Amino acid sequence: MFCEKAMELVRELHRAPEGQLPAFNEDGLRQVLEEMKALYEQNQSDVNEAKSAGRGDLIPTIKFRHCSLLRNRRCTVAYLYDRLLRIRALRWEYGSVLPNALRFHMSAEEMEWFNHYKKSLATYMRSLGGDEGLDITQDMKPPKSLYIEVRCLKDYGEFEVDDGTSVLLKKNSQHFLPRWKCEQLIRQGVLEHVLS
Amino acid sequence: MSEAYFPVESGALGPEENFLSLDDILMSQEKLPVRVETPMPRLGAFFLERGAGAESDYALPQGTKIELPLWLAKGLFDNKRRILSVEIPKIYQEGWRTVFSADANVVDLHKMGPRFYGFGSQLLHFDSPENADISQCLLQVSSVKY
Repeated sequence: MFCEKAMELVRELHRAPEGQLPAFNEDGLRQVLEEMKALYEQNQSDVNEAKSAGRGDLIPTIKFRHCSLLRNRRCTVAYLYDRLLRIRALRWEYGSVLPNALRFHMSAEEMEWFNHYKKSLATYMRSLGGDEGLDITQDMKPPKSLYIEVRCLKDYGEFEVDDGTSVLLKKNSQHFLPRWKCEQLIRQGVLEHVLS
Repeated sequence: MSEAYFPVESGALGPEENFLSLDDILMSQEKLPVRVETPMPRLGAFFLERGAGAESDYALPQGTKIELPLWLAKGLFDNKRRILSVEIPKIYQEGWRTVFSADANVVDLHKMGPRFYGFGSQLLHFDSPENADISQCLLQVSSVKY
């Protein structure tokens, strides 16, 4: 049966748990495209023969190959599209700088798409909330307040807040700071969000 | 990761599969029994078990019964049944339908076919005289199972 390789691509993605991005299967794709080329050429030849030599009996075969071409196309497009959905999710999970391990899993075109998406998202976020914009990637649900209570886990030093004042982040000190400014330090393990 | 990943969902329970849905692609890979109504030349490479060999002009003879994936059956089917005719798989036929109407809970659907509802719904495309009964059965089973 045709389209085995194309199905392999689809299964590979389907198997990856929780939206993980497997490596880009360039070789698999190449094989699918080769199969499509062969099918197309065989069909071209048979169509000519059907017309010139009156071989109407070839028509079901031509249809068979045509269905396989359509199937290969569907699998390929679905594979590429689903990968983009996963890559889009990466922006929300990891922020605008992706870990290297993930970047190696993407093709050059996918990286370019990611960069475009990042830009569109940034433009959109800048247009919200007045002059400064609003970073909506910080929380999956709308936050209850814009300031949060944080505790310092290690000595960090001076940390400047928006209005120019600075706070001294010393181990175990607690502060009430703007949420968005703390996010990065929380990710780095310097601060800890204290839930009251 | 899964929080921001929204895959294309299946459309198989509706009138058409979703083109981009991985679930639907996998569902339509499942096979069903068909009967070849007109010989198909030059496809001998696929049907080696029929003794075709690599002869280039071997034509699958009329009347041959084979199993084809749903996508191919759908693609080759037309209402005049010129290329092939489709046989409803046993699980959707009258014998099993009676079992389902008696007590659908006794049937382990995971074993019978993991995509029972989607596949069954798409079967309706083949204009079988049993279509009304098949859809009735699918509705009934889903209401019992859930």
